[in-house]
Amino acid sequence: MKENAQRILANPKFQELVQKRSAFAWTLSIAMLVIYYGFVLLVAFGKGFLGTPIGSGVTTWGIPVGLFTIVSAFILTGIYVNRANGEFDELNRQIMEESK
Amino acid sequence: MRSLVNRLGAAAAAAGALVPASVYAAAVEGQVQKQATNYEAIVMFLIFVLLTLGITFWAARRTKSAKDFYAAGGGITGFQNGLAIAGDYMSAASFLGIAGLVYTSGFDGLIFSVGWLVGWPIILFLVAERLRNLGKYTFADVASYRFQQTPIRTLAACGSLATVTFYLIAQMVGAGKLIQLLFGLDYMVAVVLVGVLMIAYVTFGGMLATTWVQIIKAVLLLSGASFMAFAVLAKFGFSPEALFAKATQVHTKGLAIMAPGALISDPVSAISLGMALMFGTAGLPHILMRFFTVSDAKEARKSVFYATGFIGYFYILTFIIGFGAIVLLLAPDANGAYPFLKAAPAAGKLANPADLIGGSNMAAIHTANAVGGSLFYGFISAVAFATILAVVAGLTLAGASAVSHDLYASVIAKGRASEHDEIRVSKITTVIIGIVSIFLGIAFENQNVAFMVGLAFVIAASANFPILLMSMFWGKMTTRGAVIGGWMGLISSVTLLVLGPTVWKSVLGNPAAIFPYDNPGVFTIPLSFIAIWFFSITDNSQTAQDERKAYEAQYIRSQTGLGAEGASAH
Repeated sequence: MKENAQRILANPKFQELVQKRSAFAWTLSIAMLVIYYGFVLLVAFGKGFLGTPIGSGVTTWGIPVGLFTIVSAFILTGIYVNRANGEFDELNRQIMEESK
Repeated sequence: MRSLVNRLGAAAAAAGALVPASVYAAAVEGQVQKQATNYEAIVMFLIFVLLTLGITFWAARRTKSAKDFYAAGGGITGFQNGLAIAGDYMSAASFLGIAGLVYTSGFDGLIFSVGWLVGWPIILFLVAERLRNLGKYTFADVASYRFQQTPIRTLAACGSLATVTFYLIAQMVGAGKLIQLLFGLDYMVAVVLVGVLMIAYVTFGGMLATTWVQIIKAVLLLSGASFMAFAVLAKFGFSPEALFAKATQVHTKGLAIMAPGALISDPVSAISLGMALMFGTAGLPHILMRFFTVSDAKEARKSVFYATGFIGYFYILTFIIGFGAIVLLLAPDANGAYPFLKAAPAAGKLANPADLIGGSNMAAIHTANAVGGSLFYGFISAVAFATILAVVAGLTLAGASAVSHDLYASVIAKGRASEHDEIRVSKITTVIIGIVSIFLGIAFENQNVAFMVGLAFVIAASANFPILLMSMFWGKMTTRGAVIGGWMGLISSVTLLVLGPTVWKSVLGNPAAIFPYDNPGVFTIPLSFIAIWFFSITDNSQTAQDERKAYEAQYIRSQTGLGAEGASAH
């Protein structure tokens, strides 16, 4: 196990995997935080905007903004899982193979 | 619609006639109004209980090792686990609470839905796969990976128990209230019933049974809620605008229900609640446990993807159901009557939402009655009860694991306990937690369910989440930093919650709160992180040096899964 670990550390593919995956995960995390805290700050400071009707009806901007936040959470997880279960897992498999 | 309501009225009258007069009178006169016994609901309920008990016995025969008991043998697929996580998350607070909040305040309900959902992507991006690669049964396995076992596991077990207890009280109170109103049972009887069933599920079946109960319940709840939302929208030609327009006409708050209201008024509360809801999810022990029931990191990721989809979809449904409740329960029916309210409004006045029979938490249940008649009402009641039961079982299992796996096996027996002993301790703990929660459920009868769940989230976000995150991401962390930071998060969050307006003023009856905010997350979460950082970097002992050196091995395993617990027995 210890030798495997040393081989993994020395493998440039491991550095590549960690770097790519971390950058990707943090980018998506920041996107989620920005969207969510954008919504929270609108609730705290921008009630007027969220309560403005779209067009002539009663449906306000708050409805699409809230729905967008919910849907964006799902889409961001989809984007991550798609890349992680494909590209990253393949890279990981190669690293594990080469460490044996 | 008219014939449905008429039939309902007749059914209710018939059911009322079957109940002994004394019981009926007591129910009407009692302080808390009990409903006439609903036999359809009881039959549906019994069918569900028998079904889930069947699953429990099936699972019990297959539960042989500790891994089976805690982690369902590690053989649950990503899709199944996604449903089970969604099942854990769609608790009484989500279904009854959010629909009730939308019914009372409109748009404000959406703020809670959003906050409870956005923790999931963060869990996926930063926590899920590392957790799966490093852990075995509980999140303490991960938090204590390279640290001294005794202090960290003791802390993690206390954090888990505190979170689980507050979450449990909320569910017990919710279940008791629901059963009291639906089945005409006494509150105390209802709470004891929930406690006994929960002990039975967990002791006999363990994680395998709990997981399957969650999966079935999630499917039933999702289909039932989909039907309700569909039926509500169908009445308005599938035009949300028409639904909202009608809602603003019949609700006393008028157009205000379409905008954020008084729920989050000042920025400190907004950010504090936002932080607690988002990061608390990543510190809930019963949710974190679910990542050990799948075979590898790939399945762990998939389960979050499916869970986020199901939960997000469910929250959109509850929003529609809440508006459906406004238009169906607050507007007069074809005969000009208000069958769901305690009293009809005076001529020319709008109905008061607070007059709903059973209170606003029953809005979703009444809406089921309005759109689907008595049998569907029974179905939704049974599913709502099963929801609570399943969540309670999952919570109890997480609490039991904290005691048996972290405290008993690792701290007290120092790893010398046999698997058999560990499972035995876990079952004894389950019985104790069950009994304690029955008493707490009775004692906290009049507490607000949503507040209690919020409490659990603050503790999870302040005590569990920081040590979990830092232990995975920060190589310079030491045992001393983790222990001091974790305890500071735990003690400060519990203390400030007690000193805040809800407990100090409303519950304990003091004239003014010592701490001005209901939600202390914005203070306690950073406090815990800063304490972990400070007491780690100032720690220059030999053990601290060794712990920092051990980070490399943990890092490689967390990234690649090298040496991780597989699906087969270890």
